[in-house]
Amino acid sequence: MLSIDSLRVTYGGAVEAVRGVTMEVPDGKVVAVLGSNGAGKSTLLRTISGTLRLHRGRVDEGAVRFDGDVLTARDPGQIVRRGVVQVPEGRRIFGRLTVEENLRAGGMGNRDRAAKTRAHARVHDLFPVLAERSGQRAGLLSGGEQQMLAIGRALMASPKLLLLDEPSLGLAPRVIGQIGEVVAEINRQGTSVLLVEQNATMALGVADLAYVLDVGKVSLFGPAAELARTDEVQRLYLGHGDPTAAGPVARGPRRTLSRWTA
Amino acid sequence: MTQFLSLLLNGLSLGAIYALIALGFVIIFKASEVVSFTHGSLLLLGAYAIARLSEPLGFLLAVLAGLAITALAALVIERFIINRLRGAPVISLAIVTIGVDIILLTELIRRIGPDILNVPHPWGGESVRIGGIGITQNRLIAMIVAGVLIAVFFVAFKYSSWGVAMRASAEDGETAALMGIRQGRVSALAWVVAGVLAGVAALFLVGSPTPGVSSAVYATALRAFPAAILGGLDSTGGALVGGLLIGLAESLAAGYQEQLLFLGRGFGEVVPYVVMIAVLLVRPSGLFGTKELTRV
Repeated sequence: MLSIDSLRVTYGGAVEAVRGVTMEVPDGKVVAVLGSNGAGKSTLLRTISGTLRLHRGRVDEGAVRFDGDVLTARDPGQIVRRGVVQVPEGRRIFGRLTVEENLRAGGMGNRDRAAKTRAHARVHDLFPVLAERSGQRAGLLSGGEQQMLAIGRALMASPKLLLLDEPSLGLAPRVIGQIGEVVAEINRQGTSVLLVEQNATMALGVADLAYVLDVGKVSLFGPAAELARTDEVQRLYLGHGDPTAAGPVARGPRRTLSRWTA
Repeated sequence: MTQFLSLLLNGLSLGAIYALIALGFVIIFKASEVVSFTHGSLLLLGAYAIARLSEPLGFLLAVLAGLAITALAALVIERFIINRLRGAPVISLAIVTIGVDIILLTELIRRIGPDILNVPHPWGGESVRIGGIGITQNRLIAMIVAGVLIAVFFVAFKYSSWGVAMRASAEDGETAALMGIRQGRVSALAWVVAGVLAGVAALFLVGSPTPGVSSAVYATALRAFPAAILGGLDSTGGALVGGLLIGLAESLAAGYQEQLLFLGRGFGEVVPYVVMIAVLLVRPSGLFGTKELTRV
């Protein structure tokens, strides 16, 4: 189980990106984290994966634990070997490497050969297109295929917990639907998932639990289905707010602004 | 015609030596994002070590020890300086390597003094004739050894885990770290490989037709920099082609010195830089320097 305990993170000693977040990802569950730009979602994932330092960020308070082990004291390689693997925002596949080499790179943190072979079979099973294109340069794949490669690459490390940073970003609605199904399938096979998204429809569709992050703090949390019914999530993330409740056009932005200064 | 072919062959063998040095330069750049100017003095260190150790240890052991010393020096520079400055601006790092280079060079020149140390290669300076074309034994062996090493290097770079890890972290270090690839290790290994390649280059550069270890070896080693740059700083294939081109150009310019006299004496010395500038004017990122090829 991943547990985040009153975490505070700042960049360059000044900008506070995460301000006291407490969160849990129970074993075998899919947990969604919703939030707009600047809510601290990516910072959260960087902290879990240990790449905060590359962005001149620092944990000021709190800790991230995985099965009791303090991740915040470890480097990215050790965290991967403990089974926490991230699919970064924007896919970040290695465009000059072939599809197969990308998968090999994903398996570098996996010392167990047998597990690596199983993971490879699982990836080709989940994404047959990656088997077809294995010798092709990854940079020439379509956006959706690149996202599949990015997920497949992470699965090569045989993660216990998969972290996904906005997998729907820049993809067509049909492809987003596929990504949702893939996440559900990966979870069915026994991997816990922490899914960071702006696309709430997809995220709440596959998640068991969800948190809403707002300017570095958790503003809402609960079972995903319940959260989807709340007014705030409906209005901010699902876009089916009651038009009369939202009032005149000018009210929307003003409400948002008042939240920012809070 | 025979003269031309002979210059061509000698140019290729010199170019193969340059390619060894340039390859090291390129993989260091790819792995550590440092333009490392330490290569000239590392090479001189290798040559010095081989020359000094030949007497007590014998040639073969001296060569092995020389390669080990060069690799170790490269590793020490990476571990204690470059690795600790990760994230510093590229320019600062480049200047730091110039500093390291000058320190090491100064010490080596002090040790070498005004002498010219000799490396007792078991192969002599005699020429071998291949179909009427003459080449010294040293250069012929250099060409063969360099060819084998370069082939091994390219196979490893393409197929080994180290190669995949290296190319992945060169392309996107942060994402490579997220995959559990240890960048420090990749970078350290790149420096060690570069050190060994420089050591091998040193072994042959101090043989005939320019025998002896003196500070002149340093100037020769520097000509591998334009080779790396004109091939494209981030391209291993470019380093090979660049090395060969520079070797050829230098050999031809020296061979046709009489005809090129209007350019002034010693044109051979500057020709690598002239070629580099000419290539960069046409292709600013070098012959094989990659521009991003991705579809978003």
